[in-house]
Amino acid sequence: MIEVHNLEKRFGIKPVLKGLNFQASSGEFVAILGPNGAGKTTFLRILASLSRPSSGKIRISGYPIPAQAGVVRSLIGVVTHQPLLYGDLSAEENLFFYGRMYDVAKLENRVCEVLQLVGLYNRRHDLVRTYSRGMQQRLTIGRAILHKPVVMLFDEPYTGLDQDAVIMLDGILRDIVASGHTVVMTSHDLSRAVELASRIDVLSRGLIAASVHKQDITQDRLISFYRQAVAETNP
Amino acid sequence: MESTPRWLKVLDYITATMFIAAILMVFFYAPTEAVMGAVQRVFYFHVASGWVGMLGFLTTAVAGVVYLKTSCRIWDIVGLAAVEIGIVFVFITIVTGSIWARPVWNTWWTWDPRLTTAAFMELIYAAYIMLRQGIDDPDRRARFGAVYAIIGFVSVPFTFMSARMFRTIHPVVVGINQPGSLGGFDMTPRMLQTFLFSLLMFTFVFADLLWRRIRLGLLADKAAQMKMKRNE
Amino acid sequence: MSGGAKAYFKAIHAIVWKDLSAELRSRELLSSMLVFALLVILIFNFALDLDIKIRSTMTAGVLWATFAFAGTLGLNRSLALEKDRGCLDGLLLAPVDRSVIYFGKAISNLVFMLLVEAIVLPVYNFLYNVNLFHWGFLVTLLLGSLGYVIVGTLLASMAVQTRTRDILLPILLFPVIIPVLISALKASNGFLQGLAVADILPWINILIVYDLIFAAISFVAFDYVVEE
Repeated sequence: MIEVHNLEKRFGIKPVLKGLNFQASSGEFVAILGPNGAGKTTFLRILASLSRPSSGKIRISGYPIPAQAGVVRSLIGVVTHQPLLYGDLSAEENLFFYGRMYDVAKLENRVCEVLQLVGLYNRRHDLVRTYSRGMQQRLTIGRAILHKPVVMLFDEPYTGLDQDAVIMLDGILRDIVASGHTVVMTSHDLSRAVELASRIDVLSRGLIAASVHKQDITQDRLISFYRQAVAETNP
Repeated sequence: MESTPRWLKVLDYITATMFIAAILMVFFYAPTEAVMGAVQRVFYFHVASGWVGMLGFLTTAVAGVVYLKTSCRIWDIVGLAAVEIGIVFVFITIVTGSIWARPVWNTWWTWDPRLTTAAFMELIYAAYIMLRQGIDDPDRRARFGAVYAIIGFVSVPFTFMSARMFRTIHPVVVGINQPGSLGGFDMTPRMLQTFLFSLLMFTFVFADLLWRRIRLGLLADKAAQMKMKRNE
Repeated sequence: MSGGAKAYFKAIHAIVWKDLSAELRSRELLSSMLVFALLVILIFNFALDLDIKIRSTMTAGVLWATFAFAGTLGLNRSLALEKDRGCLDGLLLAPVDRSVIYFGKAISNLVFMLLVEAIVLPVYNFLYNVNLFHWGFLVTLLLGSLGYVIVGTLLASMAVQTRTRDILLPILLFPVIIPVLISALKASNGFLQGLAVADILPWINILIVYDLIFAAISFVAFDYVVEE
């Protein structure tokens, strides 16, 4: 589903990703852990076709990026820690706007469906400006799944959420996984990652330093596994 | 530390020799102009530095196009180098022009199309430098710089044309003289030779400065890279 | 291809619709442009002592200076809105050509600009008793605003992505836009003075050529401004 081969990204003369290899098959939920500045967000932005790789090969559902980024964009849904919503529009208007940008078929039905799914149907006419952080994040997820993507990319989706919103987000993520989407999520929260993901990759110093399937590791051992992986890439 | 390439040293010497020769030609070879007198000698370096200024800005626009096509860092360094040279030489053109204009036009400055265009060019490339200073990410800095260099350069002929449709008093020495311009003159063969040699000499100055400034940019990159390695 | 073209225009329409409905709610952008424009006119009133004699020759200059200054407020705001909540990323994630985003934003900005002009002109007319409703003047206004917005939208997209964004836009925009301001000013002045159309035509031609060339450049360059 996602194939990344020898991906490099430099900012000016500063290398951020140094020949990264990564794979995720259909229906897999991969959590990418790593210290700050390891290149998690950069990697996700490249997968989302928001940033161009310096070199390397990337394919999503068989389509190469950035050559066929247009096709790939209609297949992916992206959630970042920024809402990507317009405060002066209502929830419904925001979804209608993005629906038109994605040329979603039967838009009115789909918008209703998504609003009910994320539990905002009753407040669909309120301006997004008046929403709490948790509600905004729900709508953000609604925006990301509006065009029925097959690959979901989450960049630190838990940042700044209160306890209720975390529980809600967990539920939505479980639904997304159950419906067979491929999910890549970056996080620095180890416990969340191990709870949801089917595979855990450690990104450190621009490389995937280690990778483990969830059934092969317990919650307690994950911390030492993570520390060791990070330490190995830091001579 | 790398030593200076041999050809760059050769270019330094040729340029310096030509510079001295050109000064001698301007003061001793070219005859004194009958109407304006000695101040007319400013003309040779005035036009030549204007030429280098335009060459600099043209280089930046071309380097901008190539950078956007290739994303190769060297073209960003070339673009910045050429802008810096261009700004300095257009400034020299304005200063030498004012020295000439004071006795001939009886004013330091007029809103003639060439003067107006020169002033706006300086502002465009000052904005180019400020734009670059406002961006931390080196790739974005290079991309935005390239886009602005292209837009700025394309706007220059428009500025010139619209300023020209106001009446002009600037002499057109090369080509046909317009009626109403003040301070025009016909060049004698010796004047023409001095003029062409000055143009050639300034082109060498441009090449030499550009090479040195690009080298400086590359060395700065290398220094930054070494610093980064040491911090790791 | 016709299906593709339909999606293309649908997406442009979506952006314009989104900008206009959001603005209709908040009215932040239009009200700030408008109040600022009126303030500039009042300042000119005292700076130039706009009595009846100078008024007829100064009107075009005062108006174009006013629109140029007020326009930067609108452009900055319009693109800062996209940048602040990451919405620009949202637009870039959509499976549409980047030029859709450019044209959508440029059309919205043009509408804002024309709306402000549509309010300022009658007010100016009322204050100074100068009749501005001449077809040639209005055509010039459209062509000039178009050129202003074509370059302004591109440069504002760059300016909002810099550290110094609040101060940078006018510095980037004015030296490049000066041919538009000179030509539009001269053409407007010509129409208001009742000059022959043949005398004004060269200015109109410069405006048209400028608009076309810079629309083409912006169309190509916008990709490099928004894509990392």
